[in-house]
Amino acid sequence: MTVGLFIPCYVDQFYPGAAIASLQLLEKLGVTVVYPTRQTCCGQPMANSGFEHLTSGCNSLFIENFKDFDYIVAPSGSCVLHIRDHLHDDNSPETAKAISGKIYELTSFLTDILKVKTLQANFPHRVGIHQSCHGQRGLHISSMTELVEPAYSKPESLLKLVNGIDLINLGRKDECCGFGGTFCVTEEAISAKMGKDRVADHLDHGAEYITGVDMSCLMHMEGILKRQGSKVKVIHIAEILNAG
Amino acid sequence: MIKQAGKDHAELADDFNRDEDRVNWHDETLWFIREKRDKAAHKIPEWESLREAASQIKNNVLSNLNNYLLQFEKNAVANGIEVHWAADAAEHNAIVHRLINEANVVRMVKSKSMLTEECGLNEYLAKHGIEVIDSDLGERIVQLAEEPPSHIVLPCIHKKKEEIGEIFHKHLGIDAGISDPQFLTEAARQHLREIFLTRKVALTGVNFAVAETGEFVVCTNEGNADMGAHLADVHIASMGIEKLIPERKHLGVFLRLLTRSATGQPITTYSSHFKKPRAGKKMHIILVDNGRTVQLGRQDFRNSLKCIRCAACMNTCPVYRRSGGHSYHTAIAGPIGSILAPNLDMKQYADLPFASTLCGSCSNVCPVKIDIHEQLYKWRQVLVKEGYVPAAKKAAMQVMAGTLSSPTLYKLAGKAGRFTIKYAPFAVSNSLNPWFKQRDMPAAPKQSFGEWYKQNRD
Repeated sequence: MTVGLFIPCYVDQFYPGAAIASLQLLEKLGVTVVYPTRQTCCGQPMANSGFEHLTSGCNSLFIENFKDFDYIVAPSGSCVLHIRDHLHDDNSPETAKAISGKIYELTSFLTDILKVKTLQANFPHRVGIHQSCHGQRGLHISSMTELVEPAYSKPESLLKLVNGIDLINLGRKDECCGFGGTFCVTEEAISAKMGKDRVADHLDHGAEYITGVDMSCLMHMEGILKRQGSKVKVIHIAEILNAG
Repeated sequence: MIKQAGKDHAELADDFNRDEDRVNWHDETLWFIREKRDKAAHKIPEWESLREAASQIKNNVLSNLNNYLLQFEKNAVANGIEVHWAADAAEHNAIVHRLINEANVVRMVKSKSMLTEECGLNEYLAKHGIEVIDSDLGERIVQLAEEPPSHIVLPCIHKKKEEIGEIFHKHLGIDAGISDPQFLTEAARQHLREIFLTRKVALTGVNFAVAETGEFVVCTNEGNADMGAHLADVHIASMGIEKLIPERKHLGVFLRLLTRSATGQPITTYSSHFKKPRAGKKMHIILVDNGRTVQLGRQDFRNSLKCIRCAACMNTCPVYRRSGGHSYHTAIAGPIGSILAPNLDMKQYADLPFASTLCGSCSNVCPVKIDIHEQLYKWRQVLVKEGYVPAAKKAAMQVMAGTLSSPTLYKLAGKAGRFTIKYAPFAVSNSLNPWFKQRDMPAAPKQSFGEWYKQNRD
């Protein structure tokens, strides 16, 4: 099985640690991983701002980079959701559709395809899980408090395999952090307030680390934590699953 | 409603956020209601199939609206109700005005009707010398405060009890400094009792109109619609044409969903059926289009007309809870208002579909399964194509798209210093960048993952 590793642009540029951990974790689990070096971005920043019609360049590039893999895996729920829902190409609609069907967010690839039941990882810390909306409500990687459905969480099931980890409970299990792409600057007041409130929930419950499947939400909360001078850190879930 | 001083959602939200304690109070008050809704929903094991049933019934209504409207009209007329058709807000308001004139009165009592807010009925009638008193407690409070409702189910949710005490002191003559809810409610009760007893024309909204029987159902917790309608000689009911359901038995689905979604109650205190006027009295129904058939013709947005106005999407919306209903500068605030309003006026409401993180919680609580957040995304595409976004944003997006379409440009932009990637709004380190106002930037790593990979694996 050969997996194409898709690293979202902001992870590539700002959080290479999350990308390296994703690569190493997949390799540890016996997967052959290739990182196509001509990749850039899924196109979501434009599309969510109303400019989906400007994403054809990103779409063709994505297809060119990833069409030949058995699976495509990315350490992000949001970018994967964008590819699943919006990747299209008038010249090769079938290839685009095939890619949408074989792209996975990292933790669901581990639980659903690799069916990981054990991990050799240590992370002796108190950790709060941030449910990123696109992974949760878009890709259904965990149950949602709004719906009457059985409780489940793919990221949490993996974190529970980590030695020494102490997962905290939150007051609001799945409220948005307020990042929202360009929303974070166009609606600065609300975005920052949502971020502050989300961070406060983790702090109130004694988190040492806030983790999640999406670095964009974590980047937002990190921005708030740093401004507040907090010692609490954000960490991508791949880095915990790959720790020790 | 016009924009307050021409401000858009972000600016009005910024104003609201100057008082953080109030934002926290507003957020927690509405979150409490969202949690009550969750508890009520989880007591119904078949909740999700109930939502699906409601959605399918409404889909059926929308696909056969012309037939159901004619069927409803025929049955309502046979019951002795007079039916009127209004193409838009102006026609609706003129019909109401005419009916009031025909009754030879200059005063009317009105229960909750978001449609009349949408049509600006109160302002219109005031200009023509007709006094309207809103009888829903929350609506009466905002009416006395000369404000629009900030929420479609809880019109004065933005007001604290101390502020309501002040309003009642000023307008209803109670002593100053009273904030006891029971006392305030009693004061409103006494005040409204006099209104109910003296008004000869009463207007109500409509929650559901049944095509099969020609009757309509009005849901209230205060019984104010009933008191107004039963004591008046003329009952006018205003309804949007999408309020129809095919048969009476379908009420079993909607009445179970409506109030559980709205407030977490099993059902409204009063779910009153109105079928025919009492002897010697008159009953009118005004069927209002006001843009609904245009929306019905928009393939991507037509199912927004399934809405039963429960406001669950507002209570759950993390943006609404922190920006307040008035920040939406339209009669129907929140996520659902943000997909309805652009249909009425794209230019005026171009900001609303962007007032969301697209978190999707709204679609999950919607009792009729409207894909609200997906429609917000689609409205953004429409508004950009129709030219309702700032030129600077368009230019920035074109640069971003160009950079991200080219691996070479992308790598160059990264190499030029990770802080200066122009397309990353959080990456420009200066005080003019809104990101930086309350948040710090990520630390610049020594190398990108791409560079690391080249060095270590390629």
